[in-house]
This record gives sequence, C-alpha cells and structure tokens, in this order.
Amino acid sequence: MQRREFLKLLGAGTAIGAFPGAVRAASPAQGRVVVIGGGYAGATAAKYLRLWGGDDLEIILVEKNTTFISCPLSNLVLGGSKKIGDLTFNFSGLDRYRIKRLHEEVTAIDVEHREIVVGDGDKLGYDRLIIAPGIDFMWDKLPMLESAAAQEKVPHAWKAGPQTVNLRKQMEAMPNSGVFAISIPKAPYRCPPGPYERVSQVAFYLKHAKPNSRIIVLDANPEIVSKKDLFTKAWAELYPGMVDYRPNSQTVDVDVDSRSVKTEFETVKADVLNIIPQQQAGGPARMAGVANVDKRWCEVDFLSYESKVAPNVHIIGDSVSAALPKSAHMATSQAKVCASAIASLMRGVAFDPQPVFANTCYSFVSDRLAMHVANVYRYDPAKKIMVSADGGGVSDKPSEQEGNYAQYWAKNIWSDVLS
Amino acid sequence: MKACALIAAALLFVVLSAQAAGEDNHLRVLAASCAACHGMDGNSVGGTPVLAGLDRSHFMLQMQSFRDGTRASSVMHHHAKGLTQQEIEQLADHFAAQPRGAAAPLMPLGNL
Repeated sequence: MQRREFLKLLGAGTAIGAFPGAVRAASPAQGRVVVIGGGYAGATAAKYLRLWGGDDLEIILVEKNTTFISCPLSNLVLGGSKKIGDLTFNFSGLDRYRIKRLHEEVTAIDVEHREIVVGDGDKLGYDRLIIAPGIDFMWDKLPMLESAAAQEKVPHAWKAGPQTVNLRKQMEAMPNSGVFAISIPKAPYRCPPGPYERVSQVAFYLKHAKPNSRIIVLDANPEIVSKKDLFTKAWAELYPGMVDYRPNSQTVDVDVDSRSVKTEFETVKADVLNIIPQQQAGGPARMAGVANVDKRWCEVDFLSYESKVAPNVHIIGDSVSAALPKSAHMATSQAKVCASAIASLMRGVAFDPQPVFANTCYSFVSDRLAMHVANVYRYDPAKKIMVSADGGGVSDKPSEQEGNYAQYWAKNIWSDVLS
Repeated sequence: MKACALIAAALLFVVLSAQAAGEDNHLRVLAASCAACHGMDGNSVGGTPVLAGLDRSHFMLQMQSFRDGTRASSVMHHHAKGLTQQEIEQLADHFAAQPRGAAAPLMPLGNL
C-alpha cells in the first residue's frame, strides 16, 4: 500500500485526544499507539497491545523494512547450517491483530506535539509512542567504515541480512591457512554472547573447509563477556589451536583496503575482517531526544518503559539503558511489560507495580551443540530496576539436546512475535 | 463524616480494583514470557512441551521437581528456582485454563 493512501485511511492529522483520566476499569482502551520498529521488541509490543488493549485501540507499526530477519541463529549462516532465508519472515502474520503497517522511514519525531514524520513529510499523531529501534553503530569512532563500500569489504554483519551473507561468501573465498580476524567492542552491545558464538561458527566452518586457518579475536573487553568458561572450553576441545583470543584489544583504526586492524598494541592483517563496531540506541530514539544516558542509551521506568525525559514515549529492546542483556527474549519481555502497562494506562487503571519475566539465550558452538544462559528477572522497588533472581545460570556443557532446544526456542519465539 | 466514609470506601474500592488489575497484569506478562520457548498461551509450535491445558497438579509437581533437583533439567531449573511458590501456583492455574490450539510454526520465506 502506498503511504498517502495509507495515511488517508488513518485519517492523518485528526489526532485522537488523550485517554480520560478517570478510573473506568470496564472501559475499552482508546486512542492511537504508534510503534516505531518491527523487530523482536516492536512487533511483540504491537501484537500484545491488541491482545491486552482491546479492539478499540488504534495500533500502527512503522517499520522501514518489509521483511523481518532474525539476528538469533544468524551466526549459523556463517557456520553453514542455516541459510538467511531460513531466518527471514514477512509481517503478514500480524494482520489478524489489525495492526496497520507502514513500511516507511521515520524522518522526525516531535515529542512536544506528539507526532512523528514519515517519509517525505507526512505527519502521524499519537497518544503513546513506542520506540523499538534496535541499535545503531557509532561510526564516529571508526569513520573509515561508515560507507557502504567499506562495509562491503569489511562487514559488521551485526544486523542480520545481506552483510551476513557477504561475510559467509568472504569466508568461502578465503585461502586455506588464512586469517579471519574479528573485533569485539566494549560492552554493552547487542547480544553479549553473540561475538563468541560467531567465533565458534567461523571455527566450525574453517575446521572442515580450511583447517590450516586461524581466527584472531581482538576483544576490547578484559575477558569473554558471556558464558566465558563454556566458550573457552568449547574452543579448546572442538577447535584446538584455531582460536587466538586477545583480551583488552580495542580497535582504534582500520585500513579497509588491506583489511588491517590496529589496536593500541598491534596491527593485524586479515584475509577476512569482521569489525563489530561500538553501539548506541537506534536512530529514532536519538531523534526523539530520549537517548539521555551518555547520549547513547535510553533511561526508562522499568514498570512501563516510559522514557524518563519524554512523557508518553516508551522505549523497549536494545536501546534501553539497563544492566540487562540485550537479547531477543529480553526485548520481547520488555515489550510485554510495556504493552501491558500501556493497555492499563489507556484504560485509566493501575499497571503491575512489580513485573517479573524470564530470559533464555542459547549459543551454538557447532552446527548442533548449544548452551544457554537463563534467568528470571524481578523488579526491585527499592532500586527501581530489574534484578536477576536467584537460581539462574548457564549450562554445564554444550549438548545436542540444547541444540534442539535452541531450534525450538527460535520456532516458538518467531511465532510468538510475528503470528 | 458519613460523606468522608463513603469517599474513603469508594477510594478503597478503586485501590483494590487497581490492585486486582495490577495482579492480573503481573501474571499475564510473566506467563507470556514463557512463550519464547513454549509458544503463545503455552501452545508450543515445536519441540518443547505444550503447557496449554496442562493439569494444574502436574505443572506444580514438575516445577517443584525442577526446583529441588528431583527432575533433571538442562534449562528449567534456572527458571523454576527464580519464581515464588505463589507465581508457580498462578502459572499452573493460568496454563491449565488455556485452550489447546492448533498453532503452526511460522514459515520462513526461504530461498534467499
């Protein structure tokens, strides 16, 4: 559907008033909620707003892409046990929830007047706005990598899609006894165990296809950020001598043409170079002025995910400033707290003063072996943050059983988010 | 004075209603958080146990066994130990009340 026709359908410009302040438990939620971003967080929020907010709520999802490509499992494209098409979905499963979709870029957000601008200037008013933009890269730290041409040669592949496929193709073209170098940014970044899963997947491929090759891991962190002992052991047992892990190695410069990366201590030249840049809240969050923590992440109220600096604006997913892992399951859990709170707010009833949710995150160390980290998170009223409950933890060891569980996880979360 | 009492009673009603709503909201978010592995409303679309329509006492027994280690698990003990007894009871009631649906996995676009 073309945008103008879409906006006409919406009756753009006829901003619907804010919900009435009176407590009316039986009344349906009314008004318009605009969700920016159709990833794990945004799509979940839109769907659950319909389930919990009732039929009278108008829900609009603004997402520039027409397909959803899953970051979880995308490292398996590098290992070779998945194709990107296995992880690619359309959004039509959300249609039965009467979510109006607008596949356009957001070009401005006016939190004062409660409206956003899409495409070349059409305005869209809202009563509540949910911003779920994922992450953006901090190109100012590595400006030589900002252009599409530079990323063709040195991909980040940290948003699943064409760059994931590109990186796999570069691995296929790599000579035996070649060097694959990967640069990992300082935490926080999207998917804490993700870079180490990637190392495992690259090793899995190289062990079979180019066994004389090496992987040099330049990690800006002082040690492996997540599942450290499990990854260390898996690399030693499954890929002996292949992974050269170097902590405290922050990338300070990159020569794109020669695929050389410079840290404070050394220069490493690679046949395939994968730089995962430092990350910040996605563009729409910064555009709205809600990235108030170091101008990088968004501070929210963990009961509703409403911004601490802009009323009626909620931020969910990887852009949130929190001591919580930036994972897909976490994004959906935050989305559900947010959707539940907005459904209550728009009815004028109280929302949950003490949310509890779970997070489970699997990492594959080969095509079939996986391991998990799992925790329950509980709101702490004194600290006003989500804290990890007792009893959480990681696998004893990677296993095929958990490899199956990880595949089941993906099937179920995809279905929960998109259908 | 009577008016004050009436207002107080009305306010109490509002507070209690709000609290009840808050509790429902608490459970719906917690239960929905299980969907990542067990599907929407506990209707798993593949591999993991279907929780929808599961007998209440069976659910409670499994969760208790995960907690005390009498049932070996790779993942579930990490979740069961993080929940309160009351939350486990509420989840048991919630999933027992969910109809079993014929949910199907989402089909990827493939061929890319």
